[in-house]
Amino acid sequence: NLNLLEDGKERKEEVAVAEFHKKIKEAFEVFDHESNNTVDVREVGTIIRSLGCCPSEGELHDLIAEVEEEEPTGYIRFEKFLPVMTEVLLERRYRPIPEDILLRAFEVLDPAKRGFLSKDELIKYMTEEGEPFSQEEMEEMLSAAIDPESNSIHYKDYITMMVIDEN
Amino acid sequence: MGSGTSTQHHFAFQNAEKAFRAAALIQRWYRRYVARLEMRRRCTWSIFQSIEYAGQQDQVKLHNFFSYLVDHFTPSSHNERDFLNRIFTEERSPQASETQNCGDYDSIEVPDSYTGPRLSFPLLPDHATALVEAFRRKQRLHARYVLNLLHEARKHLVQLPNINQVSTCYSEEITVCGDLHGQLDDLIFIFYKNGLPSPERAYVFNGDFVDRGKDSVEILMVLFAFMLVYPKEFHLNRGNHEDHIVNLRYGFTKEVMHKYKIHGKKILKLLQDVFCWLPLATLVDEKVLILHGGVSDRTDLELLAKLDRHKIVSTMRYKTRKENKKQAEEKGNANQTGSAGRPSPWFLPQSRSLPSSPLRPSTHKAHRAGRSSSVPCGVPLDPKELSRRVRRSVDLELERCRQQAGFPAIKEKEEPSSSESEVDSDAEEQPQPTPEEWRQVVDILWSDPMAQEGCRANTVRGGGCYFGPNVTERLLQKYHLQFLIRSHECKPEGYEFCHSRKVLTIFSASNYYEVGSNRGAYVKLGPELTPHIMQFQANKATHTLTMRQRISRVEESALRALREKLFAHSSDILVEFKKHDKDETGLIALSDWAAAVESVLHLGLPWRMLRPQLVSSLTDNKLAYKSWLENLAKEKLSQQNIQSSLLETLYRNRSNLETIFRIIDSDHSGSISLDEFRHTWKLFSSHMNIDITDDCICDLARSIDFNKDGHIDINEFLEAFRLVEQSCSGGDVSDCPQVTNSSNRDCSSPGAH
Repeated sequence: NLNLLEDGKERKEEVAVAEFHKKIKEAFEVFDHESNNTVDVREVGTIIRSLGCCPSEGELHDLIAEVEEEEPTGYIRFEKFLPVMTEVLLERRYRPIPEDILLRAFEVLDPAKRGFLSKDELIKYMTEEGEPFSQEEMEEMLSAAIDPESNSIHYKDYITMMVIDEN
Repeated sequence: MGSGTSTQHHFAFQNAEKAFRAAALIQRWYRRYVARLEMRRRCTWSIFQSIEYAGQQDQVKLHNFFSYLVDHFTPSSHNERDFLNRIFTEERSPQASETQNCGDYDSIEVPDSYTGPRLSFPLLPDHATALVEAFRRKQRLHARYVLNLLHEARKHLVQLPNINQVSTCYSEEITVCGDLHGQLDDLIFIFYKNGLPSPERAYVFNGDFVDRGKDSVEILMVLFAFMLVYPKEFHLNRGNHEDHIVNLRYGFTKEVMHKYKIHGKKILKLLQDVFCWLPLATLVDEKVLILHGGVSDRTDLELLAKLDRHKIVSTMRYKTRKENKKQAEEKGNANQTGSAGRPSPWFLPQSRSLPSSPLRPSTHKAHRAGRSSSVPCGVPLDPKELSRRVRRSVDLELERCRQQAGFPAIKEKEEPSSSESEVDSDAEEQPQPTPEEWRQVVDILWSDPMAQEGCRANTVRGGGCYFGPNVTERLLQKYHLQFLIRSHECKPEGYEFCHSRKVLTIFSASNYYEVGSNRGAYVKLGPELTPHIMQFQANKATHTLTMRQRISRVEESALRALREKLFAHSSDILVEFKKHDKDETGLIALSDWAAAVESVLHLGLPWRMLRPQLVSSLTDNKLAYKSWLENLAKEKLSQQNIQSSLLETLYRNRSNLETIFRIIDSDHSGSISLDEFRHTWKLFSSHMNIDITDDCICDLARSIDFNKDGHIDINEFLEAFRLVEQSCSGGDVSDCPQVTNSSNRDCSSPGAH
C-alpha cells in the first residue's frame, strides 16, 4: 500500500514537472529573440518573476550565477536554465508576498500611522534603503502611486489597486 | 546614560533594520509586478505580430487562388465566364491611353464652395507647406488637384533611375523615415520635430506610405508635393504596400473610394501606375543602401538598376496580363527570354526548399471530377492538355471582349509549343518581367533579417526571404557598402539594429497596432554617415497614462483580436478538445487546452502565459470547454441571428472575404450581386478545401443580403458583423501631436562592434 502511495506521489510529481517544463519553456521562448535557445542575461529576472517567483535582487543574482556559463557570455542557455528553474518551482522558492505583509511593510515606514507616505519619503526609502531603485524604476512607481493633489501615496489604496490589476 | 544610549542605539538600529527590510520587501514586490507587466507586453506584441503575418499569408493564398483561376478554370456557364472576365480585366494594368485619360483632370470642375487647398503647377515650396498645414486642419484636397498632382508626380518619377543616388555634399543632413501606413500625425510630427524638407534638409521615405492608417491619401499628397518641389533632396522608395492589389486588402482602396466617391476610380487607376514608377532603392554616398524590405543571397544591384521597374505592377501576381501574353503568342514572337516552361508558382523561387505551393495541388484538383462545376468533369486530363484547353476557352472569351470593345479580330492560331511572354515591341503593350527580375524586386520589398546565418524563404510573409548576417556581410562587401537601412517591420522602439549594427530597421508609424503599442523613429545620417536615431510617439493621450494603463490598453486590443481568431476556429478547436477528453467529462486540463488551441491556430503564442486572460473560470484546475467556446461565440453574435457556424466561417475568412468583395466590385460601387458572391465563394472554398455545400453557400449569400434586393452592400455587411477595421473610421486616436516623450539616442558608427 505504501508503494501505491509512493507511486501516486511520484506520478503526480512527474506530471507537475512536465507541466513546469512546458511553462518554463514558454516563458523562456518569449525572450529567445534569435530562436537559438538563449536569452540575454538581463531578461532572466523578468522570466523568473513571470513564472510566479518573487526573489530579491540578491537572490536573483545567486540564481543567475547558477545558470550562467563558466565564462559568462551575457547569454543564458535554456539547457542550464531549465533544471534550475524546475527545482525552484518544485520547491516553491521565492513565494510572492501576501497583501497583508506588504501592508505591514508600508506601515513600518509610516510609524505615525498616518495612512500615507509623502512623495519625498517614498523616494528616500526606495532609493536609499533596501535594494535601491534606479531612477527609472522610481519614476515609474511614482507615476502610478502618487496622488497628485496630496503629493503622497495612500498605500492601502495603492496596494488594493495593484492587486486588482494583477488579476 | 550608558545603558540608555545603548538602548537608544539598539532601538535605532532595530528600527533602521526594520525600515531597511520593509523597503526591501516593497522593492521586491514591485519588481515582480513590473516583470509581469513586461511579460504581458511581450506576449501582446507576439499576438499582434503573429496575427498580422497570418493575415499576410492569407493574402498570398488568396492570390494564389486567383492565379489558379487564371491557369485552370474552364467557365461552365455564361455567368461564370462574364464574372471571371471582370476579374481578369480589372487587374490589367492601364494602357498608355487609359493613363492619359486618368490624368485628365482639366475637365473636373472645382466648385466655388470648395474651401480646401488649391494647387497650381509648377508647385512652389510654399504650396507644399500650405498643403501640410491644410491637412493638419483636417481639410481635404479636391479630386482635381489630387489627379493633377499625381500626374505631375508620375512625370517626375518616370525620369528617375531604379536606384536613387544621393550625395551628402549637397545637403547637410539626410533624414530617413520608415513605414508611415497612413498615419498622418506621425508625418506631421516628424516635420515639426525635424524640420520641413529643404535644400539643406534631405529626406528619404522608405516605402509603405499607405494602407491601415486613415490618411494614406494625404500622406501621398504631401510626399509627392515635396518631391516635386525639392526633386534633388526628397526621395521616395517603393514599399510592398505601394501595390494596388495589396491595397485592396489593407484599406487604401477603401479609403480612396470613401473620400473620393466620384473620381476615386480614376485616382486609383492613376495610382496603380504611379506606384510602379517609384524607385526601388536609394543609395547615399555609395555607402548606405536604403530599401524597404531587405536583401537575399541573390540580390544583384546591377540587375536591379537595369530592369524596367514599371513592368512590375504588383508583387502579388506574376502574371498580370493575359491579353498581352496572348498577343505575343499570336504574333509568333520568336524572342524568347530565358524563362522556360510554365510559369512557376508566383513567387516561390525554385532554389528554396518550401512546402509545395497551392498551385501545385491544383492539378490534382482538376482530376477530381465532379467536385465542383467549375472544373472540367469526366476523364482526368494531363496538366498540359488541361491548361491548353483552359487557355483556349479563356482566350476565346477574351477575344469576344476585345471584339466587343471594338478591336479587330485576330485569326485564331495553333497553340504555341512553349510558353512565356517576352519583350514586345509595341509601345502600347507592356512586356513582362523575367522571373529573375521579378524575384529580385520581391526580395528587396519583402525580405526580413534573421539572426541565424543563411538565407531561407520567408514563409511567414509568403514572399521574399529571411536573410542572415553572412548574406548582409557578403552584399556589403560586394558593393563596398557601409550598412543597410530598411523598414518593413514594426519595432517596439521604432528602430532596431541587427547583424552587428550593419542593418538598421527604421519604422515611423507609432502606435501601429494600438495606441501605446510602440514608438516611431527616424534616423539622421550625419558626417561619416553615422546614424542618429530620434524616437517619438505621436499621441498626447498615452503620456497621461501609466505604463500599466498603456500596456493594459494595448493588451485588451490584442486579446480581442485573439479571441476573435479563437471563435473563428471554434469547430476545429472543439474537435481537438474532444480528442483530449475521451471520457467525455466535458473538462480539459490546461496543458491540453494549450496544445489543442495551438494545433489549430498555429500562431506559436505562449498560451500558458496568456491563459489567465483568455480563460476565466476553472473547476478543479480544469476547463469546461463547451461553455468556454460558447462564451466566445456570444461576444460575436449579432442582431441578425446568423447561425453560429456560418458566423464562424465568416470570421475565419473575413479578410479574404473583404478582399474578394473589392476585387469583384471592379467599379467600386460598394455592392456586388448575390450571384457574383456565390460564384466566387464556391470557387474559393473548393480551392481552399473549405467543406461547404451549395445549400450552405446559398444560405450564406441570402443571409448577407439584408434588404433582399439581390445585392450585397459591402460595408453594411462587414459592419453588421463588426468586421470593419477601426482604422478607416477615425477613432479617438489622433490628436494634434505635441513634443512629448521623445528621446535622442546617439549611436556609434555601425560595424564598430
